[in-house]
Amino acid sequence: MNVTIVDYNSGNISSVINSFKEVAKDKVNIEVTADLNKIKSSDKVVLPGQGSFKSCVDALSCINGLIDTLYQFAINHKKPILGICVGLQMFADVGYEETETKGLGWISGKVSKIDNQNGKYKLPHIGWNQINILKDSKIFKDIENNSHMYFVHSYEFVPNDNTVVSATTNYSSDIVCSVEQENIFGTQFHPEKSDKIGLKIIENFINI
Amino acid sequence: MLKNRIIPCLDVKNGRVVKGINFVDLKDAGDPVEQAKIYSDGGADEICFLDITASNENRNTIYDVVDKTSKKCFVPLTVGGGVRSVEDINKLLNCGADKVSINTAAVQDAKVVEDSSRKFGSQCIVVAIDAKRNEGGWEIFTHGGRNPTGINALEFASKMENCGAGELLVTSMDKDGTQSGYDIELMQMISSGVNIPVIASGGVGTLDHLVDGIKSGASAVLAASIFHYGTYSVNEAKQYLASKDIPVRI
Repeated sequence: MNVTIVDYNSGNISSVINSFKEVAKDKVNIEVTADLNKIKSSDKVVLPGQGSFKSCVDALSCINGLIDTLYQFAINHKKPILGICVGLQMFADVGYEETETKGLGWISGKVSKIDNQNGKYKLPHIGWNQINILKDSKIFKDIENNSHMYFVHSYEFVPNDNTVVSATTNYSSDIVCSVEQENIFGTQFHPEKSDKIGLKIIENFINI
Repeated sequence: MLKNRIIPCLDVKNGRVVKGINFVDLKDAGDPVEQAKIYSDGGADEICFLDITASNENRNTIYDVVDKTSKKCFVPLTVGGGVRSVEDINKLLNCGADKVSINTAAVQDAKVVEDSSRKFGSQCIVVAIDAKRNEGGWEIFTHGGRNPTGINALEFASKMENCGAGELLVTSMDKDGTQSGYDIELMQMISSGVNIPVIASGGVGTLDHLVDGIKSGASAVLAASIFHYGTYSVNEAKQYLASKDIPVRI
């Protein structure tokens, strides 16, 4: 099996690479590339993302044909894709970080700043928070409800249809932290930095 | 609910772990990769490497340490010490650091913080503030606490927030190495003065000091000696905090 981590100059993806390689051992081939043909022939794709919504969308758009290739992979062929952090956020229609920016539009919704309640809550939301699992998701196999995951973000994904939400976390309000829409998966938290429980989520995704 | 973080810090020199008392008097005591793995297995919420003599000496050893550690530890790894430029930050991130802490360079040129947070995201930019009490408040120092700057700590903290820092690592130079507790007033002042998370550092000798650090408003507490010399394990520290009704990840 081939799993491709999309390398589109979105900032630091070494932790994502290390964690997938740790889980994959020698059984699964992990590619790190933006090569369109390699993505097309992959069984699964991981879309990481760090920095701002705008910078990630811009970086994705910079690589000729990449968005179309990902669209074919995820929407036409319905192969499993996992978005992490801004990778998940980009599935939305629109994001408001820096300036209004069009997203991929695969999961209807928007990405807006977490309400810090006039400074009552510090932003970014950094650290370990518990997830409230709302529906069975393939990536939550053997993951207990209220498990701790590592978060670092100031913006949240607000979907139009709540049935895509597989887990929330509470910070200022209930924030969407995991989605599943058919073959499209996303986590706002960083499974690659969430210790053994995070590695289990990566394993679950690889095993879908 | 967001938990308060316990961050063991490993002072690293030439690829080996040391822990300084008041920034001098170094003792060699271990392999950083193994130490970091022990901490992460023991429940550390993050690991911090501080390359303490990096400003003066060959610092290539730290890249190798970060690279090896990041392949074994799957909790966030912060690396600081001798970080001069956006290029240094890029190199550390590529080696597997999740966050980079900037001290002297942030004071000398705030643009390093602005540029790097724009390029890599605020989430990986930590500004380390070394502060010492003076008549009017606290003054920040650079170069591992050697050089006074005349700059007020709170003003600087605020400026760094505006430049895009994601977190502030605040060390009291008066308290560092004394094991007499954090400078609580300093932590309170900075925590309430900015809207980004503050990591309290410098002076931990007992588990109650960690409790005091969190109560001062810090989002995370950093400690080196009490963990490094085995006085307490990270897990013991967390159990103690939990017993004092401080939310921690256990």
